[in-house]
Amino acid sequence: MAKTVVIVGGGVAGMTAASRLADLGEKVLLLEREEEIGGHLRNWDRLFPNRRPGSEVLHDLKETLGNRVEIRCNESPGEIHSLQSSFIVELESGEKITCDAVLMATGFDLFDARRKEEYGYGIYDNVITSADLERMLRSGSPVTTSAGKAPSRVGFVHCVGSRDEKAGNLYCSKVCCVTGVKQAIEIKEHLPGSEVFGFYMDLRMYDRHFEEMYYEAQQKWEINFLRGRVSECAENEDQSIVLKIEDTLTSRPLKMTVDLLVLLVGFVQKPETVRIAKLLGISIGEDRFLECLDEHTRFNYTGKPGIFVAGTSRGPLTIANTIADAGEAALQIHNYLKTLK
Amino acid sequence: MINFGYTAHKERLIDYDKNDKRVLEHLKKHEPSVLTCIACGSCTATCSAGQFVDFNIRLVQTLLRRGEIEPLKQEIRKCMLCGKCILVCPRGVNMRNLILAIQTAIDKLK
Amino acid sequence: MINEGKKRIWKDYQKEIADDRYFYVRSCIRQNFFPASEKAFLRIMQEELKKDVFENAAHTTCSGIGYHSDVVPFDTTMTVIARQFSLMTESGNENLVTSCITSFGLYNEVLETWKHFPDVLKKVRGYLKTATGREFEIPKNVAHASDVIFRFRKEISAIGVNRLVHHETGRPLKVVEHIGCHYSKMFPSKGVGGAEYPYVLVGMVEEWGGEVIDYPERRHCCGFGFRQYLVRANRGYSLANSKKKFESMKPYKPDFILTNCPGCPMFLDRWQYTLSEMEGVTYGENGRGIPVLTYEELAGLILGYDPWDLGLQVHQVPVEPLLDKMGIQYDTSRKFLGKDGQDLGRPDAPSVLKFF
Repeated sequence: MAKTVVIVGGGVAGMTAASRLADLGEKVLLLEREEEIGGHLRNWDRLFPNRRPGSEVLHDLKETLGNRVEIRCNESPGEIHSLQSSFIVELESGEKITCDAVLMATGFDLFDARRKEEYGYGIYDNVITSADLERMLRSGSPVTTSAGKAPSRVGFVHCVGSRDEKAGNLYCSKVCCVTGVKQAIEIKEHLPGSEVFGFYMDLRMYDRHFEEMYYEAQQKWEINFLRGRVSECAENEDQSIVLKIEDTLTSRPLKMTVDLLVLLVGFVQKPETVRIAKLLGISIGEDRFLECLDEHTRFNYTGKPGIFVAGTSRGPLTIANTIADAGEAALQIHNYLKTLK
Repeated sequence: MINFGYTAHKERLIDYDKNDKRVLEHLKKHEPSVLTCIACGSCTATCSAGQFVDFNIRLVQTLLRRGEIEPLKQEIRKCMLCGKCILVCPRGVNMRNLILAIQTAIDKLK
Repeated sequence: MINEGKKRIWKDYQKEIADDRYFYVRSCIRQNFFPASEKAFLRIMQEELKKDVFENAAHTTCSGIGYHSDVVPFDTTMTVIARQFSLMTESGNENLVTSCITSFGLYNEVLETWKHFPDVLKKVRGYLKTATGREFEIPKNVAHASDVIFRFRKEISAIGVNRLVHHETGRPLKVVEHIGCHYSKMFPSKGVGGAEYPYVLVGMVEEWGGEVIDYPERRHCCGFGFRQYLVRANRGYSLANSKKKFESMKPYKPDFILTNCPGCPMFLDRWQYTLSEMEGVTYGENGRGIPVLTYEELAGLILGYDPWDLGLQVHQVPVEPLLDKMGIQYDTSRKFLGKDGQDLGRPDAPSVLKFF
C-alpha cells in the first residue's frame, strides 16, 4: 500500500521536501494555510549573497515540484491524532486524512516591531521594517519617506527583537545583519546621493561572500557603520526621526536625524506551530523553536517517530540552508517509510 | 545677568547633524582606504606611541568619521609615523597617509 | 504620527484606579511651590465629585526625599511607610492616594520589595511594632492623585466651564505634557499608558479639548532629583536637563506645560527664570516663558476657579498669557493679596523674562 506523507506548510521547506519525496516515489499531501504556496519567499525582492531575485528561486522550486504532489491551499490542520504507526490529520474544514508520516514545515513569523515601543514602529510614519522595505523594493516604486520624498538619510537598526531579553528572544536571528548590509547597498543603488547608516552591536557576516559584501558596502557605497544601540526614536516636526545612539567607539552618546529608519526584525516561532507541537507532544525549546533529536546527526527527527521537522520552525535558517535541510528531511522520511510494513 | 554660583552643563553628546564633515570628505578623496576601517583596534594595539602616551589611533579614525574636529587636531600630533599600524591592519588602511591627510585637511579649514 | 499606534500601547497599560474612599498622603514640599494645588485637589474631590477623601494630620513624609539623598536608609523608609499604611488601616481605608510622584514611586518600590521578599515585610512589621506598637495592612490600591483626576476627567469636563481652546479662534491649545520619572519609568505597568507614551496627562488634555505635542525630548528627565539638585555644585547638571527639554519644545510653540510631579513643575517653571537671567534666553513667545501648570491647577481652571485661589500668582513664569488665551477672567489688583485680602507685597521683576 502506498505510504502518504502530510507536509504541513507550503513554503521553501515544504516545497523542497515535497519535490524530493516525489523524486523518491512517495505520495505527498502538501497543506498550505495561505492562498498560495511559497511562504515568505513571495515577499522578498532580492536575496543575499548575490542579490538575485527571490522570484527566480520561487519559480525554480515551483517548477521542480510541478504537479507531482497534491497541494491544498487555504487548509491547515485543526487536530492531529497519533495512532500506532500512522496519523489522522483533521483539517479545519473537517476532512480527516490518514497518513504515515507528518513533516512540520510551518516556517516562521517576523518579530512584531511594535513591541519595541521605543522605536515607534506603527507610531512614527518614517519607521519601517526590513520586510516593509523589501516590499517597497519589490514593487519597483521608488523608496520614499511617508511624505513621498526621497530620503537623504536612511538608518538601519540591527537586532530588533533578537538578542533581546526585553523582547523575550535571547537568540540571534542570523540573517538580519547580512540583510541590513544588502538593503543598505540597495538604498545606495536607488538613491546614490543619500547617506546610509547601519547601527549594530556586532556585524554577523558569517557565510561565504558576506564579509566581501560588507567591504563593498563600505568602500564602494560609503555606507557608515556605527557600532552602538539605538535607545529611542522621536519625531521632528517634519516627520524625520531623531535617534539617540550610544557611540560605543567613542564612548559618547550620539544624536542624529534620519529621514527613514529601517528596523531589521528577526525570526520568531509561529504560535500555531507551538499549538500543533503541543498536540503532537513534540518538544519545544525555551526559544520556542522545535527541538530535534540530535543537532548534528538527526536534526530532522523530533522525539516522536513519524513526525519530522524541516525549515525555520526549528530555528533561524537562510533559504539555501532550508532547501538543504528539507532535502535531508525528505530522505529520512523515505527511509522511515521503508521500515513501516 | 545674575551669577547663581553654577552654570548649565554643556552637552557631551556627539551632534552628528551639526558636526563638520569636511575633513572626512577630504580623506575620502585622498585616502579612500579609510572607508574600509572596521575599528578592530589592531593598529592601536601595536602602536609605538600608544604604549607611553595617551594616543589612540582607532579613536582618531572614529572621531574623523563623526566630524569631531577639535579632539582630532590634538590627537594626530602624537603619531610617530612609524608605520607599525599599517603592517597589521586587516583591511589595508594606510594610516600614515591618513594622519598626514588629516593635517592637510585641517590646515585647509583654517 | 499615527495615533492609533499610541492608542494600542495605551490599551496595553491600563491600571486599576480606585473610585472612592481615598486615604490622601501629602507631599513634603509641594505646598511651598504650588500652595493651592493640594487644596484644589481636595476641593475638586470632596465638593465637586462628592468623594470621600480622608486625611490624617498625624501622617508624615514618606521619607523619599531622605532616601533618595542617601541620608535615610531603606529600612527606615520602609518603616515610615509602614506607619503611613498603619494610619490608613486605622481609619478603615484601603485606597492610598499620593500627592507626590516620588512618593508614588517609592510606595510602589516598597510594595514590590515586600511582594518579592516576604521576609523583609515580616521584618518591617517587627520594626513598626517595636517602634510604635502599630500594625498595618497592605493597601488594596495605590494611585497617584493625577491618576484620580485622570479617572474623573470626563466628569470634570462635564461640569467644567472652560476648555483648552483659544476662546476667540477655537483652536485647541498646544500642550507639552511631562510626567514625573517615578510615575512610570520604574514600573511601566503602574503608570497609565506605560513608560514610552504615558497617557495620564494626555488623557486629561484630550478630554478637555487641548492638543498634545510630541517633541523629541519628551521622555527626558527634567533634572529634578534630590541627589543632583540638593548640592549647589550639582545644580548646573540639573539645570542642563531642563534646558535640553526647553530647547527641544520651543519650535513647537506650546501654550503651556502640564506636569504631575511636585519637582517637575517647580523646575520647569523656575528654571525658565534662571536661564533667562543666566543666558538671556526665553522659550515662549515675545520674551515670555512657557507657563507651567500642575494637573490640579489645570483642573481648577477648567472648573472655573479663580486663578489666584489656585495659587497661580506664585509661578515664576506668568500664567496671564494662558489665561488670556482661554478667556479666563482675573483681577490683576487682587493678584498679590493674601487669603484675607492682606497685601503680600510685590516680587522684584526679573530683568529678562516678561513679568506682569
